[in-house]
Amino acid sequence: MTVTHDVIIVGGGGAGLRAAIAVAETDPGLSVAVVSKVYPMRSHTVSAEGGAAGAIADDDSFEEHIYDTISGSDWLADQDAVEAFVREAPEQLLQLEHWGCPWSREPDGTVAVRPFGGMRKKRTWFAADKTGFHMLHTLFQTTLKYPPVTRYDEWFVTKLLIEDGRVAGVVAIELMSGRIETLLARSVILASGGCGRVFPFTTNAAIKTGDGMALAYRAGVPLKDMEFVQYHPTGLPFTGILITEAARAEGGWLLNKDGYRYLQDYDLGQPTEQPVLRSMELGPRDRVSQAFVGEVEKGRTIDSRYGPVTHLDLRHLGAKVIDSKLPFVRELCRKYEKIDPVTDLIPVRPVVHYVMGGVHTDSNGATPLPGLYAAGEVACVSINGANRLGSNSLPELVVFGARAGVAAARHAAEHPPASSPAIEAQARDEHRRLQDLLGRTGGTERLADVREQMQHVMEGSAGIYRDGGSLAKAAGTLRELQERAGAATIDDPSRTFNTELTSALELSAMLDLAECMVHSAWRREESRGAHQRTDFPARDDERFLAHSMASRDPDGVPHVSYLPVTITGWPPGERIYGR
Amino acid sequence: MQDRITLQVARYRPEQESKPTFDEYEVPLREDWAVLDGLNYVKDRLDGTLSYRWSCRMGICGSCGMTANGEPVLSCAAFLSDFAPGPVRIEPLRNFPVIRDLVIEMTDFMHKLGRVKPWIINEQEPAEGAHGEYLQTPAELEDYHQYSMCINCMLCYSACPVYGLDPSFVGPAAIALAQRYNLDSRDEGDALRMAELSSHDGVWGCTFVGECTKACPKGVDPAGAIQRYKVTAATDAAKSLLLPRAAGR
Repeated sequence: MTVTHDVIIVGGGGAGLRAAIAVAETDPGLSVAVVSKVYPMRSHTVSAEGGAAGAIADDDSFEEHIYDTISGSDWLADQDAVEAFVREAPEQLLQLEHWGCPWSREPDGTVAVRPFGGMRKKRTWFAADKTGFHMLHTLFQTTLKYPPVTRYDEWFVTKLLIEDGRVAGVVAIELMSGRIETLLARSVILASGGCGRVFPFTTNAAIKTGDGMALAYRAGVPLKDMEFVQYHPTGLPFTGILITEAARAEGGWLLNKDGYRYLQDYDLGQPTEQPVLRSMELGPRDRVSQAFVGEVEKGRTIDSRYGPVTHLDLRHLGAKVIDSKLPFVRELCRKYEKIDPVTDLIPVRPVVHYVMGGVHTDSNGATPLPGLYAAGEVACVSINGANRLGSNSLPELVVFGARAGVAAARHAAEHPPASSPAIEAQARDEHRRLQDLLGRTGGTERLADVREQMQHVMEGSAGIYRDGGSLAKAAGTLRELQERAGAATIDDPSRTFNTELTSALELSAMLDLAECMVHSAWRREESRGAHQRTDFPARDDERFLAHSMASRDPDGVPHVSYLPVTITGWPPGERIYGR
Repeated sequence: MQDRITLQVARYRPEQESKPTFDEYEVPLREDWAVLDGLNYVKDRLDGTLSYRWSCRMGICGSCGMTANGEPVLSCAAFLSDFAPGPVRIEPLRNFPVIRDLVIEMTDFMHKLGRVKPWIINEQEPAEGAHGEYLQTPAELEDYHQYSMCINCMLCYSACPVYGLDPSFVGPAAIALAQRYNLDSRDEGDALRMAELSSHDGVWGCTFVGECTKACPKGVDPAGAIQRYKVTAATDAAKSLLLPRAAGR
């Protein structure tokens, strides 16, 4: 069976839902499908805590937000994209406000803003410390009032269909029934999030397996800057659950085993009682996570059953501030660590949080494949460059979700619907591939074993610090794992809600992305932002003020080339924090 | 402390079984393991055919609701050690059709949610602040904030005896979310939501058992929302006898 829409959006998180509304508002005559492997309100946007940056304070300016973002990116962000992003962030956050988002307020009823890492002014809007949750539910509930938006909840997209060099639709499995369907469209927007699950220790939800990145990559679209993986400095040791940066923005301290605020030893400024913007605990995430490794090397961390940790100290903030500004932090600590941050130190360690890289797009979310767009973490515009600043990703969802929605709507209006024997043949081939997977019961290995080995390889070779030797070795190991994953057993032959089948598809996607990360990291012989090479410790603008572009060779191995960074008004300089 | 615990997990594969059965699995009992960690151990090491939903494993996405020893729980936020020495009987959420194993069918809720119009409705723009935001004081935010914390996990529907008997009942979460907007100072859509909420299947279906509020893992009080709405609806109904007005604005 085949269904036709004008625009298909793959993913129902913040970017996908914002895009859906943008399509519906740009042209109410267009039919929009939101196809997501989970119910939209389960999307990982829900887990974002601290806030969303948009310069509105009287003492703030677009120029300062632009500078913070560019310097935070270690000059790898495209400056035209950053300018557009910064200028549109406040209006998009206001739009969410008008749709009902319960932003925290000042006593006079205006929107409140808080400090955040790497930002020189208070500009982070927040809904206590459940900002992503409230943004997602506001967007989801608001989409219910737009009749042109059709949802395909719990449908897993397995392939992009292409005709005459432009996108023509997708093939997807309805999980409840196992039915495989062809969904045709004139435009497709990928909004399916990042791939933190490539690593073993991550804040990311189970669904963050990079499916959309792999769809694009396999359709010939390059993945940009995939070597840049963000470690958030403060995850809970066993679960990897995020303790928001807002905890430090509200005045929390990072302490080593001696109770010493160790960031002062890493060129991040001097400790003060009150938090100072762009200093110490309000430094950028890459530098704060790197400092943790320094403490491990100096033997100044605390041993835990899950490896070395440091302490996040919120005790001096008191119960009142914690309950009003950081209630979720308290809830998570009590539930998952059996401690109370009002009286106890929180054990934390750096944890994979965000992928700066993703599907190569321009500032309107357009990829090089006509009709294909991408927005949110799946995409790399790039506004984040080598290191994303905290609270820039939530506004990125709505700014570029809206932009991609408008662009995709226009593209759909200008192009005829695709339908041809060639597409039907592609769909039939995909159908057969999926059928074959269901019959693969005789394998010798478990999917989980291959997945765990991939994660182990990634942590060992592509973590906070990397070197050429281990990356080269990892590239070889990942090739072997690809083969093993292709032969691993799928015990479950059922068509009904077969989560072993989806696990196999997710693992296959993650292995492609792991290879892109490792090859891109191996080729980049410099240190910049979140990519730190012990064998090339300095930034090298001469050779690498450029985006890595990983494309798939016919044999499946990534080929890396480079694209210059767009500089509009901020030439590369030194990143200065705390001085 | 013992180092293993037995999970008795409900299995139902419609292509194989005409009714649910139970499979037993022994999993490590570790103090920091949630029920979900036990299920993931089963899925990854013992039996790849077990199906269940999960995602954030931090109690915010609402995916992993199940019944553990008879109680509706988020399996990522219920700990195995609290069930020691076991066994732990794990079943799908009650009051829902089962798709497979621990996966329930929840499209009914999705339809009901849309019917209560959970979005801001206003014709007259509220007063705006310096940046163009609709002004809302912290006290006004507090009026509805609790009801905005619903994660749609379906635990309240599973606990609700009325919904169990009559699935046409709009149910706790949808009513709480309607109230979330009714009580929002930026909204004036209460009259439009009234048709749904005041119908036979709306708030009047609730017999105020209060199980929904007890079951909620996020501290939302749907029972309170329903009672509060009954008072509003009764007052408005009395007023409308004296002062007829159009249903919509």
